[in-house]
Amino acid sequence: MTEADVLKELTAVFHDVFDDDSIVLSPEMTANDIDGWDSQTHVMLTVAAEQRFGIKFRTAELESLRNVGHFAEVISKKLEAR
Amino acid sequence: MDQLLWLAQHPDLGAALSEAKRESDAIARLGMATRLAGYRRDFTHTTRLDRLASEGLGAIARGDCTAPELQPMRIALLSSHTVDHLVPSIRVAGLQRRLACSVYVAPYGMYRQALLMEDAELARFAPQLIVLALDARDAPLQLPLEASQAEVDAAISERIDELRLLWRRARERYAAQVVQQTIVPADPPLFGSFEALVPAAPFALIERLNAAIREAARDDGVLLLDLAWEAARGSYGDGLAEPVRWHQAKQLVSPNLAPLYGEQLARIAAASVGMSRKCLVLDLDNTLWGGVVGDDGVDGIKLGQGSPCGEAFLAFQRYAALLARRGIILAVCSKNDLSVAEAAFKHPEMALKRSDIAAFVANWEDKAGNLRRIASMLDIGLDSLVFVDDNPAERDIVRRELPEVAVPELPDDVADYPARVAAAGYFEAVSFTPDDATRGRNYALNAERKAAMSHATDMEGYLRGLEMVLTATPIGSAELARSTQLINKTNQFNLTTRRYSEAEVERIASDPRSVTLAIRLTDKFGDNGLISVLMARPDEAFPEDELLIDSWLMSCRVLGRQVEEAVLDVLASTAIQAGYKALIGEYRPTERNGMVAEHFARLGFTQRPAPADASSETTFWRLDLTHDTPSRHFIEVKA
Repeated sequence: MTEADVLKELTAVFHDVFDDDSIVLSPEMTANDIDGWDSQTHVMLTVAAEQRFGIKFRTAELESLRNVGHFAEVISKKLEAR
Repeated sequence: MDQLLWLAQHPDLGAALSEAKRESDAIARLGMATRLAGYRRDFTHTTRLDRLASEGLGAIARGDCTAPELQPMRIALLSSHTVDHLVPSIRVAGLQRRLACSVYVAPYGMYRQALLMEDAELARFAPQLIVLALDARDAPLQLPLEASQAEVDAAISERIDELRLLWRRARERYAAQVVQQTIVPADPPLFGSFEALVPAAPFALIERLNAAIREAARDDGVLLLDLAWEAARGSYGDGLAEPVRWHQAKQLVSPNLAPLYGEQLARIAAASVGMSRKCLVLDLDNTLWGGVVGDDGVDGIKLGQGSPCGEAFLAFQRYAALLARRGIILAVCSKNDLSVAEAAFKHPEMALKRSDIAAFVANWEDKAGNLRRIASMLDIGLDSLVFVDDNPAERDIVRRELPEVAVPELPDDVADYPARVAAAGYFEAVSFTPDDATRGRNYALNAERKAAMSHATDMEGYLRGLEMVLTATPIGSAELARSTQLINKTNQFNLTTRRYSEAEVERIASDPRSVTLAIRLTDKFGDNGLISVLMARPDEAFPEDELLIDSWLMSCRVLGRQVEEAVLDVLASTAIQAGYKALIGEYRPTERNGMVAEHFARLGFTQRPAPADASSETTFWRLDLTHDTPSRHFIEVKA
């Protein structure tokens, strides 16, 4: 899966979790840029992403996922390591 | 993890959700959400469903509108961990069970304050159900690992006393039914298999605490959300609680599993207002036995000891027979010749007997029509039926034609049928009384009574010949559970269809100004059990020497036997003794209680104007007690 593919799939995760198909993700976006991205929805995002990509985040990785670029990067690394 | 496996798979739930979102009317969106909530769904779908429903549910909660197919339900969650992520799943599972749930979440960890002090917000919310969701990390029992069993028991009994105080406050302050969640063990073992032999080892402690919670709950009329037991049985797969979610957000239940948790709470909520299912309708060929009896003959079907397959079918029959023992009505709906289908019940290995089946329909007509027939034969609603059929095509047709009927998806292997039917939670109970255990027999007896009636030359002779004895007592602790059960599940012979929790019934019954009656009936065929409940109280809308009949309901199996006339006799004399001069009858029409529209007129009441604030369809009736009313019945009354 290329970085672009990961970002596309991750966009679908955001659409599901926020129930908003108009969200367009870019790597520099953070929790501050998306309405409703709070600590509760953050858990939802991580769990939904785990489900979609078939991966598991380590506790230590959770905080870095608040930035879209890092989020996609961590996912890519995990997919490569498989 | 795969969950809610008994629900049908939607071809594309995500797309259906996006489509439904475009509907502009909130109530129409709620209707779509209610329909889609019946499909298998993960937590993301469930959260989207909740958003689809939320505006409509909000309007219902505020009283701006009603949705006739949904019953409002207010649930307060008082917890020692994060539960906000579970709320959408509770509401959506509620929709699937025809409840319009509003959920109040008390501030994190503030469950004691919410119950021990005045909580104006919670009081305004007026919860019907208060769920105490506690966990192992909350207020751990402070004991050294080497503590003795006696020290452990003393600490546990102190904790139980505290819980009981909270339960009592929940009842007194909010008249709510309490649901206590059992404690899920959180710590990995310290000693391995030796764990349970060390009294103060974490796992042994929690086990003991849960046992004590269960016992206290039974004594105090508290319901359980037995999460510890569900976790131990593996309902939640590998883990209910993921350590990472606890560290990240203090979530005891992982968001992945929220739909299942919501479902387990919603089924208790539904049961508490009498909305559990009542009847298991079974297909025959390849559901109760292997093979087709019409083709293979009674000797050719696979059933019983000797083959793994025969044993699996037998095990499913045994499970159905056990459900019948606890009061679930059994029925058969099969495409077969009736004589061939009935002959199969003479197979020597059958665990189910023909007499266990209260309604037996075997013909070549469509199953949807036959299920309608079964419901009317048994005088129950389609929403009381669960239909089990191995044939996916039949399941699909019935789901489409009769959305009210629950039709579980079944596993490929019949060996897994019992667990699947159990997992779906259709028959969740909030009480179990001796009357439940004999219900099956009562249905059989009723058939005999109907036969006796056709022999009797006239109605009067028939009624006299039944040798009926009616016993009426105030609703006391012995009658509380069964009375509440009847109040919440009776739909047809029910004048006002007011639903009450045990706590509320207790409150009405203990008021010295009220008159409550729990009515039993025996006849020469046997004991019918507690078959009717009446609750009357003074009301400020009427003069103080007039008694309003708040609730009057009766089981349909004693219909047409003049029980209502005998009950009126008892009520009138009790009311006169208490100083009342008149009875006020109230009839609130619903879709199901048309049979009692003329009830008060038949009993000699005259219609009177409704009080100013009453709904327009409700009718009011008055019976003057200062004149003698003749009683017309053939029942010996013991009051």
